[in-house]
Amino acid sequence: MRVIVWLDEGTWPACVDAARAHAPAASEVVLLHVSGPGVAGLAHGAFAGLLGRAGSEPDPEGRLVELGRASAAELLDAAEARLGRACTRLERAGRVEREVVAAAEGADLLILARDGDRSRLGPHSLGKAVRFAVDHAPCPVLLVWPEGAPDLTTMPPPPPHHH
Amino acid sequence: MPAAGVVVATGAISLDHARAEVEQLGPVVGFLAAVLVLAHFCDVEGLFQACGAWTARWSGGRPARLLTAVFALASVITAVLSLDATVVLLTPVVFATAARSGVRAKPHVYACTHLSNTASLLLPVSNLTNLLAFAASGLSFTRFAALMVLPWLVAIGAEYLVFRWFFARDLSTAAPGARDTGEPPRLPLFALVTVGCTLAGFVLASAVGIDPAWAACAGALALAGRALVRRRATPVTVVKAAAPAFLAFVLALGVVVRAVVDNGLADALGRVLPGGTGLPALLGVAALAAVLANLINNLPAVLVLLPLVAPTGPGAVLAVLLGVNIGPNLTYAGSLATLLWRRIVHQHDHGVDLREFTRLGLLAVPTALGAAVVALWGALQVVGS
Repeated sequence: MRVIVWLDEGTWPACVDAARAHAPAASEVVLLHVSGPGVAGLAHGAFAGLLGRAGSEPDPEGRLVELGRASAAELLDAAEARLGRACTRLERAGRVEREVVAAAEGADLLILARDGDRSRLGPHSLGKAVRFAVDHAPCPVLLVWPEGAPDLTTMPPPPPHHH
Repeated sequence: MPAAGVVVATGAISLDHARAEVEQLGPVVGFLAAVLVLAHFCDVEGLFQACGAWTARWSGGRPARLLTAVFALASVITAVLSLDATVVLLTPVVFATAARSGVRAKPHVYACTHLSNTASLLLPVSNLTNLLAFAASGLSFTRFAALMVLPWLVAIGAEYLVFRWFFARDLSTAAPGARDTGEPPRLPLFALVTVGCTLAGFVLASAVGIDPAWAACAGALALAGRALVRRRATPVTVVKAAAPAFLAFVLALGVVVRAVVDNGLADALGRVLPGGTGLPALLGVAALAAVLANLINNLPAVLVLLPLVAPTGPGAVLAVLLGVNIGPNLTYAGSLATLLWRRIVHQHDHGVDLREFTRLGLLAVPTALGAAVVALWGALQVVGS
């Protein structure tokens, strides 16, 4: 059995804990981190807006990519330590939600955490990337609440009946 | 630069006008060089690293608190050491700080890019556009700052509210038990004292009627001199820090824009530019400047608009600055011209969500710009132009 655990900044500990609780001892656990290019691209855009500086000052994009790689490695280190068992590390770069779906191909379980508004039960608790991954996952999915689920009273009242 | 040669050679601009433009821009370029050197050696002294460590400690891994700290830091760095310092030197430090704190970096990096524009209103040194307008406005350094402090604060406040709302989800996400923020940073005392003295020098110089560029020059020499003595720099790295190619570019751009203005753009824009210094006129000028900045980038925009608004008085000049400084947050890479140029030249996908970028810009720019113009109008009533 192959279990993919998608780790994202901010919510990853809950996914590791879910893997500890639900991945069978004999399964292969894969810790996955995907670096999106967006944040470094923001810095690049700001630099490109500074007319005439290309060549005179360094584009911060390269530095951000480098720092992102280092912080992804640190995140995987921390996750590996928290998991406390043998696992495989997988680092990918690209469009985050698509990379996650691609990595889940042939897996038996994908573990991921809600990344939206977690103050109430409902569809808004899934952000764009997790929504895409849940909708397109080619395998069973275990979707966890990073800070524990809110209680049932946060659910909106049922719509009125129309007859 | 070749374009500047072409416009002179073809007679699109007379040699006298070209020379006058270069003579007018010369002191501005000198001032700019001093500020670039100052910022570079503040980085060498470890100022930006220390700032990153302080914000990490103060925020304690709470994303909303980190955003507040990044707003304060990026606003001060941009105002004092210019927007280049925020984009090139501070952004990587903020990214690393967010990552180390277990916080999503996106809102904080966005904050750096937006504030490098919005927070560059306060001082003539904050943005090259300001230096150009400062030379044309006839204002003293302190009067410029006195008129701009309220618009600066109001614009930053407006951005902050928009960010807290726009990134509410990202700001609610932090890994519990974020890693230790490390040793307390060494205080870069020499850099802080030099920057403080340079700021005091600006005030003093304008009080006694000396060009404040000399204060920037003294600060830059102090920091560069120390780096040279400690062998952390060579004369070559000092010259490189002043970005000579960029300085030459500014002069050449001035000549090209002058040629375009001489050849009819002045008349065309003069017709749509509102006159007077009432609140509606200031709003109109700022909006036009923002639109122009988004089309052709803010440096050409300010060079085009300055000769047209300078006769109206400092109020209109400062309204142009609000437009060209806050406006670029609307378009990725600052303007459509840059965006198209880069699309054509580099077929390179940077993976930025342009819809998200533009949605944030559509919220933040009109809010910050509108509020800042009203604040400028108020400041003009209180301080007087």
